[in-house]
Amino acid sequence: MKKFIIASVLVTLSIAASAQSDKYVAAMQKNLAAMDTAFANPANLLVLANNFERIANAEKNQWLPYYYAAFCQVNYGFMLQDKDKVDDVADKATDFINKADSLMPNNSEISCIKSMIASCHMMVNPMQRWQEYGAESNGNMEKAMQQDPANPRPYFLKGQGLKYTPEQFGGGCKTAQPVLQTALEKYAAFKPASELDPNWGKKQVEQLLAGCK
Amino acid sequence: MKSVLLLLFTSLIFSVSAQVKISGKVTDAKNRPVAGASITLKNTYDGATTDSTGNYAFTTTEKGEQVIEITSTGFKLFEQKITIANTDIKVSATLKELVTELTAVVISTGSFEASDKKKGAVLSDIDIVTTPSANGDITSAFKSLPGSQQVGESEGLFVRGGTATESKIFIDGTQVNNFFFSGSPGVAQRGRFNPFLFKGTVFSTGGYSALYGQALSSALILESKDLPERSEADLGVSVVGVGGGMQHLAKDKKSSWGFSGNYTNLWLAFNVIKQKLDYFKIPVISDLDANFRFTTKGGGMIKMYSYISQTTLGSRTYDLDSLSMKDAFTLKNVNQYHNISWKQPMKNKWKFSTGLSYSNNKDNIDNELQDGNNVKQVITNPNFYAYKNFSLHTNGDYFQNRIMFDKKLKGLSGLRFGSELSVSNEQSTYTLYDGSSYKGTVKETMAALFGESDIYLTNSLAAKVGVRTEHSDLLKKWNIAPRASLAYQLGKYSSAGFAYGIFYQNPERKYLPTTSVLDFSKATHYILQYQMLTSVQTLRMELFYKKYNDLYKTGFNNFNQEVVIGNGGFGYAKGFELFWRDKKTIKNVDYWISYSYLDTQRDFLNFPASIQPSFAAKHTAAFVFKKFIMPWKTQFNLSYNFATGRPYYRIAYDNTLQKNVFTDRGTTINYNSCSFSANYLPNIGKKNPKVFAVWVLGINNVFGQKQIYTYNYSTDGTRKQPVTAQSTRFAFIGCFLSFGTDRTQDAINNNL
Repeated sequence: MKKFIIASVLVTLSIAASAQSDKYVAAMQKNLAAMDTAFANPANLLVLANNFERIANAEKNQWLPYYYAAFCQVNYGFMLQDKDKVDDVADKATDFINKADSLMPNNSEISCIKSMIASCHMMVNPMQRWQEYGAESNGNMEKAMQQDPANPRPYFLKGQGLKYTPEQFGGGCKTAQPVLQTALEKYAAFKPASELDPNWGKKQVEQLLAGCK
Repeated sequence: MKSVLLLLFTSLIFSVSAQVKISGKVTDAKNRPVAGASITLKNTYDGATTDSTGNYAFTTTEKGEQVIEITSTGFKLFEQKITIANTDIKVSATLKELVTELTAVVISTGSFEASDKKKGAVLSDIDIVTTPSANGDITSAFKSLPGSQQVGESEGLFVRGGTATESKIFIDGTQVNNFFFSGSPGVAQRGRFNPFLFKGTVFSTGGYSALYGQALSSALILESKDLPERSEADLGVSVVGVGGGMQHLAKDKKSSWGFSGNYTNLWLAFNVIKQKLDYFKIPVISDLDANFRFTTKGGGMIKMYSYISQTTLGSRTYDLDSLSMKDAFTLKNVNQYHNISWKQPMKNKWKFSTGLSYSNNKDNIDNELQDGNNVKQVITNPNFYAYKNFSLHTNGDYFQNRIMFDKKLKGLSGLRFGSELSVSNEQSTYTLYDGSSYKGTVKETMAALFGESDIYLTNSLAAKVGVRTEHSDLLKKWNIAPRASLAYQLGKYSSAGFAYGIFYQNPERKYLPTTSVLDFSKATHYILQYQMLTSVQTLRMELFYKKYNDLYKTGFNNFNQEVVIGNGGFGYAKGFELFWRDKKTIKNVDYWISYSYLDTQRDFLNFPASIQPSFAAKHTAAFVFKKFIMPWKTQFNLSYNFATGRPYYRIAYDNTLQKNVFTDRGTTINYNSCSFSANYLPNIGKKNPKVFAVWVLGINNVFGQKQIYTYNYSTDGTRKQPVTAQSTRFAFIGCFLSFGTDRTQDAINNNL
């Protein structure tokens, strides 16, 4: 009887645990599925950022919800019309990515987001800020390449940055194309660690390349 | 057993069907909807984001005691306990604004800030070096802003009817004496310090903080840089000299050291561009500086800076009394300046900061009367010719210490207080043609106590209230100076401000020592401001009234030296100022316009009556235009400065009336000057360039417009001569290179 009680308690506990993780996976999947359409409307991106923040704060030891909360926030920042608010949003993204970083140190995907956050700060006033934030953005991008050479996303960021840099400053399609091609090759070979792990950017690379033709 | 299963099933079904809807509306204190606020049922996944009308709704299966959390950027966290049973719940919230640096109104009445980081800054750091009329000189850059005069005959900032000595300059909290280079009379000198040393500059045209004192009109507050972003070496070559230096940042990024040196020789420039003065000794300036900075435990920082320089020059000009003879002026100046500052955060939001500065300035001036062949002449009849042969040697030691405690209170509010001690010892030896010499010593010990509080009542109402008290050993007097300023947010981008303050100042060294009993001179400021500030446009208007009391009057002592004899002077200044900067209307163009109207009169020094002083023009305006042309990698800058004519006077002692009278007066022509500069950055945008180069071309007074600053009179007053710029135009060409240190070794090796 005693054994039976222990066994049943264990079973219930494990069911509870897997239910918990099922719930986590389901919630994450639901929000990840909404990501593509959210990019059409900044307000929806903020809704997703808030959803991921909720999951992150409830779970506390999962890095992915923090990662996606930061990802949504920084993209929301890029899309903001009111430049006065961008720094605030980027700072919020920094809070999230730092939490993700402490749960999953030395991660290439996290370095990518850090690079994006620096670019976001820079966009507020490129003339004045490129020296500080440009260096920070590049530094994190290069770090991301080192941390995981198979990760296509730092190459996507690099190619994207080059495409939107004026030709006189060493940018433009000509210099961007080879980098974007490399990114595309890496996307083809890339397998995310789980269905929840980062796996975005391929479509954007294709669009960027199409825009260069 | 069956019943147990049944119970289990029903409870499952029940829990599925028992979803509760939670909804509500989120508004701010002014009842406006807050969009994008996040509502969370604490420690669950459940929640929602408000839509553009501030409404939200979500369902949850959680039960019992729960907490609703609402967050939104710029607002305080809202929490409410709820009990979830089986009925829908409404939770509406009014969020309280968070008072943050990003959202709170900035107190800026009477001051212009140049900074890359701070909100409310009107200029960026780089603006100081790209304003063409300034030629890379810190104080000159501020002459393109409202409030200061276009005075070309002497250095310093003449602010709102004040003299240059009424403007004081502070580095890291301590006052800097002899901020400007020494030079020939009638020629405005540049500031000694490289603008790239500083990360933030505040130029106050009135109503400045109780942290600073001894300036009746204006304070220029410079803050030195912290650790550099990376190790770097730089080298500059220009038509006026060469310079170079390096900064080394430690690998752990906790300390840095650096040094730089400059050698300025105007031989080439003065040979190409004709000067009004005949330089028989070309101005040569050598300077060296070094710095050491490190972070301390607990996030503090210690910064040390040392500077030493030597200037030599000799210039000759026609003697106005004889016209056939010449005045020959030679100067040797040695100046050193050392500053240590320490900032340290402490427990419970306290911060401690202290600064220690020492400087020494030696000027050796020799003046000779020479004939047409440049041979020294001693003429004793009339005897004023004899006094043209003299030497003046001065030596000044200045020491200052400052201690301040800072406490952060709720929100942005704060409290700071501290003390200041300055000790100076200035000695001079004046030697006449016959070898007789007069020594003068002026010693002063000043102690000051100050306290100030920042009070942020809401995001839209802020006040700064302070008081300062000073004791002067020289005057044997105490003063007490209250200061206050207020800012109120009118709209999203606009604010109104008011500032008031009393300011005291001691007599100028050159009118001392004296036997008269003196008090502080005094100014009272009232300033009203309207400002509209977005990231791309700035509109600022200020109205001010300044009252001067107890200004110093001068007379002659037994040795025929002009000294202070009392506090009988007085005066006023009132006016209106406008500043408009726009980076938006024309693409890739940044321009600003400033205009000042000034109505001022004063009676001080040897003035026979209350008059508009010769350093004050009624209307002053400046226009600055900057455009970066990307394909050329070049920034073009243009500035135009204008001022209406200034009055000039000849004041002489009338023996029959037994007082000073005006024997002649007039008004100069209007002042016009157009300056141009271009900065070419060939390496811009290159990823990790080995060398970053900046080529600079600058031309002052492009159109060669005639500029008359004032007039000098002959001793008998029968002749007057205009004081003008030293050359019609001046051109500057230079190249400045910086190398990242990881590649410096290569660059050095390649060049050897």
